[in-house]
Amino acid sequence: MTNNQAKLMQGNEACLEGAIAAGMRFFAGYPITPSTEIAEGASERLPMVGGKFIQMEDEIGSMAAVIGASLAGLKAMTATSGPGMSLKLENIGYASLTEIPCVIVNVQRGGPSTGLPTSPAQADIMQARWGAHGDHPSIVLYPASVSEAYSVTVTAFNLAEKYRMPVILLMDEVMGHMRERVVLPDAKDLQIVNREKASVPPEEYLPYKADPDGGVPEMPAFGEGYRYHVTGLIHSENGFPTTDAKKTATLLNRLMKKIDNNLDDIVKYQEDSLDDAKIVLIAYGSTARSAKSAMDMAREQGIPVGLFRPITIWPFAEDKVKEIAGKAEKIIVPEMNLGQYRSEIERAVAGKCEVIGINRADGEIITPEDIYEKIKGVL
Amino acid sequence: MTSNLVKNYFRMDKLPHIWCPGCGHGIITRAVMKAIDELKLDKDKVCIVSGIGCSSRASGYLDFNTLHTTHGRALAYATGLKHANPDLEIIVITGDGDCSAIGGNHLIHAARRNIGITAVAYNNNIYGMTGGQYSPTTPTGDKGTTAPYGNVDKVFDICTLAQAAGASYTARATVYHAQLLTKLIKNGILNKGFSIIDAVSVCPTYYGRKNKKGDAVKMMEWLKDHAVNVSAATKLPEEKLAGKFLIGELYHNPQPEYTEEYKKIIESLRRG
Amino acid sequence: MSSTEIRLSGSGGQGLLLCGIILAEAAILDGKNAVQTQSYGPEARGGASKSEVIISDGDIYYPKVRKPDIFLALTQEAYDKYVGSISKEGIIIADQSVEVSDVKCAKIYCLPILDTAKNDVGRIMVANIVALGTINEITSLVSPEALERAVLNRVPKGTEELNRKALVAGKEICNNK
Repeated sequence: MTNNQAKLMQGNEACLEGAIAAGMRFFAGYPITPSTEIAEGASERLPMVGGKFIQMEDEIGSMAAVIGASLAGLKAMTATSGPGMSLKLENIGYASLTEIPCVIVNVQRGGPSTGLPTSPAQADIMQARWGAHGDHPSIVLYPASVSEAYSVTVTAFNLAEKYRMPVILLMDEVMGHMRERVVLPDAKDLQIVNREKASVPPEEYLPYKADPDGGVPEMPAFGEGYRYHVTGLIHSENGFPTTDAKKTATLLNRLMKKIDNNLDDIVKYQEDSLDDAKIVLIAYGSTARSAKSAMDMAREQGIPVGLFRPITIWPFAEDKVKEIAGKAEKIIVPEMNLGQYRSEIERAVAGKCEVIGINRADGEIITPEDIYEKIKGVL
Repeated sequence: MTSNLVKNYFRMDKLPHIWCPGCGHGIITRAVMKAIDELKLDKDKVCIVSGIGCSSRASGYLDFNTLHTTHGRALAYATGLKHANPDLEIIVITGDGDCSAIGGNHLIHAARRNIGITAVAYNNNIYGMTGGQYSPTTPTGDKGTTAPYGNVDKVFDICTLAQAAGASYTARATVYHAQLLTKLIKNGILNKGFSIIDAVSVCPTYYGRKNKKGDAVKMMEWLKDHAVNVSAATKLPEEKLAGKFLIGELYHNPQPEYTEEYKKIIESLRRG
Repeated sequence: MSSTEIRLSGSGGQGLLLCGIILAEAAILDGKNAVQTQSYGPEARGGASKSEVIISDGDIYYPKVRKPDIFLALTQEAYDKYVGSISKEGIIIADQSVEVSDVKCAKIYCLPILDTAKNDVGRIMVANIVALGTINEITSLVSPEALERAVLNRVPKGTEELNRKALVAGKEICNNK
């Protein structure tokens, strides 16, 4: 299959192809709408490239199997939607603490609970940040086109490998199911990051030894001669449990600093017509597409509207949002939830300008007209 | 004097272990090490995967690739490890609550797939680490801190459960029958598919004390008096078996192993 | 920048999803941009389902159809349910079994799509491909070459002739009228 040819592709399919291009060779999942096409595709494609697929008995088991496979040295992924995501959180927390690279795709549908299985939503924004218990870092990415479903999935794997942590890729039902024209990059043009293997012999290896100021420890695979211990208990550099307060603090601080010290590398976004914008739309995922259309409609009427589209949802692009708040008069945040990201934006804006939400959690997507009407309404 | 088994297979600097005096878990752990030693397994290829609970602390003491996972999930983690790299020798150390309550679903499905994992269930009939709550293997009528008036629940037989779900090897021994236990673990490892060994342990601290079973020695004696080898049982009249339980190799029926079957798919696609 | 919104509707199982995919792929073969979405959710139940395509020379952001320029209805239920938002300049193409209402649009065609599939081509299951032939004959949405290639790329092996025949039959029912 030649890549650099225009073709029609579904969001879920592009996500899978991106994952395979990034080197994903293990997928464990459980059927759930609207993400199932990713599992179906993985079951077909992975054995073709020598990879492994498994349909586990439940969502918890699939997350566990992904972590096990990653420890065995394979790049591993799972895909799910809200109810499944809730079940995976236990082991996502485990992957955070034990620093096991993996990618979790959540194609969001209406919630809470079983909610609206076949309708889009963006209401797992806060779950993606704080779902697992305890303090932990998160990297959460959100593409807005089929083409980006491919490229951002590659990025998700790269960040997972580089920072040794679970990375969540959010999509929504619209993103997952829509088909659109894509021109995929050549595999040789992709930048692929692989985890650092051990640079010392086994007798000198300490599985969690790293610069306390945000360093990332090296990670040989199980079976490569480094017989180390991995535990979900708080552990010291040698990997074994500790309850020592100082060691606990050192570990948790290092996990957070892995992210905080590398924001420039991790935080990705798209800016559109912000320079003269009096009104700035902040939108992500499929809603950003409506926002873009609304912005064009407003610009045609001479209304100076700009669009800021976070691709990295977490960590939050705080500095950038503060900068926008210093220049714009109003920020409008359309999202298919009841104001989850808006609350974070309001925190960063801290009253410097007005923040207005456009919110829907009824399974319907926010249209360009909805946003355009709001723009006119706040003028 | 430290035995060679301990020297060769334990992380000496991680000892002493956390288990109470009289706990049977040390005997089971020794049996697992003895089985590995007798089979001369490559330490670098052995992965010990455990869940949460008293039993599951064993992984930290053992000098292999060791993975101490979340409660009940050891078999699911182990499935990922084995599927990703079938050359690894995976031994899961779990407890009665870990594998038959919170992890019950993973147990039946690991058995159903007949994936090449050997699970050793350290079965002490109680949740020890949290202080003595009744588990799915606490005999009906017995007490736990959450069954102050006696346990109403019926009991899971871990081997029968696993066999019904598709395990190709099931066996049971007790901490009194340590040599048999070693032999059964060895045979479980040699079986290509999913094997489970119900290793009946004793918890004098919680289960014993709550149920007035006496000290560890008394509890060991009870195991000796109530275990009947499966080969002897066939010759015994039914009344002699009342109140007894079976030990030995309970079921062995080699079946295609999961990762080998999956490998065939990969190879067929490569040829195609 | 020209952009065309197409809504394809009928009952579940008539292959409208595939119909939309083929149309979008044909547009891409012609060097245009295309987005295809399908209705999931409550509106997919009760027998009526739809697949939507937007074809444009430029970028397409909002992916859903708002005011269809072309509306296909193979069943009454689908017609009644989805005709409402038709564009004033829109074209309706309905199976002749559909009783069309008095709606404001440019043109309404009622054609024997289902009958043609069943009787002339011989398989009711190719009604979606017959419909594609009809739609393209009336609207010239995509080039006939691209449409044929897109159809042949997507249909099961061994059914190429049948589908080619369906495409031609769909085209011809316009001329017979």
